[in-house]
Amino acid sequence: MSGRIHPGINLRAGDQQPTTEGVMFGFWVFMMSDAVLFALLFAVYASLSGNTAGGPEAGQVFKLVPAALETGTLLLSSSTFGLASLAMKYRQSMAWLQGMLAVTLVLGMIFLGLEIHDFMDMARQGAVPQVSGFLSAFFALVPTHFLHVAFGCVWIVVMMLQLRVFGLTHTTRTRLLRLGLFWHFLDIVWVMLFSFVFLRGLL
Amino acid sequence: MEDRQAFGRELRRYVIGLVLALVLSGAAFALVAWAPLPPDGLLGAIAGLALLQVMAHFRFFLHIDLKQSHRDDLQLILFTGLIIGLMVAGSLWIIFNQNQRMM
Amino acid sequence: MGIEASVSPWLGKLSLSALPTDSVVAMGAALIAVLGALGTAGYITWKGKWHYLWREWFTSVDHKRIGIMYVVLALVMLARAVIEALVMRLQQADAVNQSGFISAEHFGQLFSTHGSIMIFFMAMPFLTGIINYVMPLQIGARDVSFPALNSISLALTAAGAALVMISLILAPFSTGGWSGYAPFTELSFSPGVGVDYWIWAVTLGSIGSTLTGINLAVTLYKQRAPGMDLMRLPLFCWTALCTSILMIFAMPALTVATALLALDRYLGMHFFTNDGGGNMMLYANLFWLFGHPEVYIVVLPSFGVFSELFSTFSAKQLYGYTSLVVATLTIAVLSFTVWLHHFFTMGQSAHINAVFGIATMLIGIPTGVKIYDWIFTMFRGQVRFPTPLLWGLAFLVTFVIGGLTGILLAIPPVDFLVHNTTFLVAHFHNMLIPGTLFGMIAAYQFWFPKAFGFRLEERWGKLAFGCWVLGFYLAFMPLYVLGLEGMPRRSAQVFDPSFRPWLLVAAGGAVLITLGLAALVLQLAVSIRHRDRNRVPVGDPWDGRSLEWACSAPPPKYNFARIPQVDARDAFWAMKQSGTAYVPPPRYDAIALPQSSAIGPVLGGLGLAAAFGLVWHIWWMAGLGVLGSIGAVIAWTFVPRPERTLSAEQVARTEARWHAAIAEATPASRDAEHATSNRGLAQVGA
Repeated sequence: MSGRIHPGINLRAGDQQPTTEGVMFGFWVFMMSDAVLFALLFAVYASLSGNTAGGPEAGQVFKLVPAALETGTLLLSSSTFGLASLAMKYRQSMAWLQGMLAVTLVLGMIFLGLEIHDFMDMARQGAVPQVSGFLSAFFALVPTHFLHVAFGCVWIVVMMLQLRVFGLTHTTRTRLLRLGLFWHFLDIVWVMLFSFVFLRGLL
Repeated sequence: MEDRQAFGRELRRYVIGLVLALVLSGAAFALVAWAPLPPDGLLGAIAGLALLQVMAHFRFFLHIDLKQSHRDDLQLILFTGLIIGLMVAGSLWIIFNQNQRMM
Repeated sequence: MGIEASVSPWLGKLSLSALPTDSVVAMGAALIAVLGALGTAGYITWKGKWHYLWREWFTSVDHKRIGIMYVVLALVMLARAVIEALVMRLQQADAVNQSGFISAEHFGQLFSTHGSIMIFFMAMPFLTGIINYVMPLQIGARDVSFPALNSISLALTAAGAALVMISLILAPFSTGGWSGYAPFTELSFSPGVGVDYWIWAVTLGSIGSTLTGINLAVTLYKQRAPGMDLMRLPLFCWTALCTSILMIFAMPALTVATALLALDRYLGMHFFTNDGGGNMMLYANLFWLFGHPEVYIVVLPSFGVFSELFSTFSAKQLYGYTSLVVATLTIAVLSFTVWLHHFFTMGQSAHINAVFGIATMLIGIPTGVKIYDWIFTMFRGQVRFPTPLLWGLAFLVTFVIGGLTGILLAIPPVDFLVHNTTFLVAHFHNMLIPGTLFGMIAAYQFWFPKAFGFRLEERWGKLAFGCWVLGFYLAFMPLYVLGLEGMPRRSAQVFDPSFRPWLLVAAGGAVLITLGLAALVLQLAVSIRHRDRNRVPVGDPWDGRSLEWACSAPPPKYNFARIPQVDARDAFWAMKQSGTAYVPPPRYDAIALPQSSAIGPVLGGLGLAAAFGLVWHIWWMAGLGVLGSIGAVIAWTFVPRPERTLSAEQVARTEARWHAAIAEATPASRDAEHATSNRGLAQVGA
């Protein structure tokens, strides 16, 4: 067995246990399989993005400003989660940790709200997934990311509760690390999303 | 003392990451808003900016670098990248070729 | 199998007309399923074993128990799928210019369930079960990295299998084959519930497999005993590692393909439809991105089994260990580069076809290296021929024949001639049966004594082997001829009378295979009856080479009282040679083991409810299943994970029993392997 500390394990040496590496490595592997899933949804989108079947096209339904707002919100939430990770690692107060988690949650929910608004806008325009292959592919990719973020928000709430119930144990620490990994990963997927869906569509 | 230095170092990492990501995102959006290049060139530029930003996320938010202790997981990420590359590039090649032959 | 006119909020599309009353054969099958389930439940009730089963098996997170349950599931599903094959063979032999005894619709369901069960609910559980049982023991670990997740994977796989069994009673199942090609599986061509059964059964199984892949990979990376470097791993563990990597990276493609198909069917989207901008070729591409690595998932573990068998039964170290490792890794990576050979005829250019054709041929090279390595392992070894090795020998010859036809098929112009004929059917069965099934049956025969503490009867084993091998050749060689003569696959009827003699031979082969399966069942029954005289408590009946033989049979709950220190490849063999194999440690320590958990069965039940609800459009049930699953997982994370500590005295007592058995046993020479005097202690230096 190795003494290596690997990337997801942002803990102080004293907080690590023999099982930590396995737990974190397992979650990294799970994230990699999720990455493949998203990559394939991107490939589906690229294959079908020209199949507009006489319906709305990308340039007609995508808007730059909402996409920029969503990008900024999610990026900010990644940073606030980073601050939460620092609070956990360097033993700042529980209030600071819970506070940063709460801010991240709020930003996440703002992101979700902005996306819902986008989807409703598109629906009003008649740009629904049942219209064409292009729109089906869009609504497979972007809402999958949406659902992941929503799940992440639920997870944040659960962690805030667990911190109250159990405090900072090895288990809650590694769960927060995994949540952090998940949250940053979602931001990475968003970078690909806004680049290859929204920006590409608006070229 | 040592703790505060380590804390400061890590905080700096996150701040650099945030600033880099904002700049790279902003550049991509600006390119589309003001379109100084033809669409093909723009797409290439956006792709390049995206790749750089992904690397910045990995480096500054997820602490992946070339350190020996992190190499195993760099290997995992690179292997995943290889598989994704094969699957996506292969699929696009096949689908676009089929589309071409249908028109 | 009527089409629903009414949809109720409580029962969705479900009604009595789901019972397959229009076909005697289908009703018979439904009856067997119902009687089988009721009979089993009744027997358990009569024996009063429900509490025991729940406490000791269904909620167990012990990799050994989970492994055994996986294999049991696989064997039950194997029985169903073999019978389906027999029915199809009989139908084809009969229906030459006549309609036979099975309708075309029913035949469509038969080949769809046969394929889906064999891949998802026979091969996957079988190999998962064997790896689950053996691998942690071979690496000197106490369990896998995520024991509770292991239980969840099993439960989800079982739920998927249950869904397929339910489709016998509340019919119909899909007629779209195990690959579910669009647009046939879209609503416009398959309006009933059949394809939805397929989608959700496969989804349950694939979630289970993805989680298993993660579990096994992390275990192999992080739980190895001290000194067990990667290059000291038994080959079986190397193949397990590559299999788990394939599971992790290939399953998402299946998830995407079936999820998008579900979106088309449930929400009217246009991914793979004929109209509205759908692209049906995209489905085939996505499916085979999964499908090709999948066939390596089912073949690699068997390669690992054969590596163990050839070296153990030649009493010799594996020849070319490094080349075997490199070959395995090469096969794993290359398996992601060949998927297009499953659809050479789908319309892309000859240039693309050529690239993938060459890649396909390349993958034959590392496989060939392995074949030579196994042959050279036996060369100048002291080879003996118990039943497990017979399966290995049959594999060597039969798999190579299948591989050769694969090289033929890799040439696109050849493939254009035989695509979708029975030539293809013969080829892939010629790979899967020796490559997967023979390996799994051999694994079952080889490790059964370790798992249950007594040996299997050799005579019935050899009879089963003979039936299976002869049956295989009779059933599938004619299909090569028929394919070259133009007989399409998946045909409920044939119209060329010259096909009939070949079809009759093939049907005879199917009968033999069924008898072979029956022989395996009889072997088990007879062995259980004679178990007392065939006990091997010391735990090493085959003079094994790797660590799983270094504990009692059955092993104690904790596997090893003290985690072994590994100094060489073939770690147990090295220990036996140096006389350190059965030396008790100076003292015993307390051992902590994870407690049982109900999360597996709970998620399995909720998963089944969700899937069943989705199939029949019973939305409240589907919602309950999905939300309930999420809720159950969240609730489970609030419950501290219980551990049970075995005191040092308890460990000492269990070990003392084992050491007493060692002291009582006389070492058995390899010639006396099958005698009742073999108590599981092997003679060293024989």
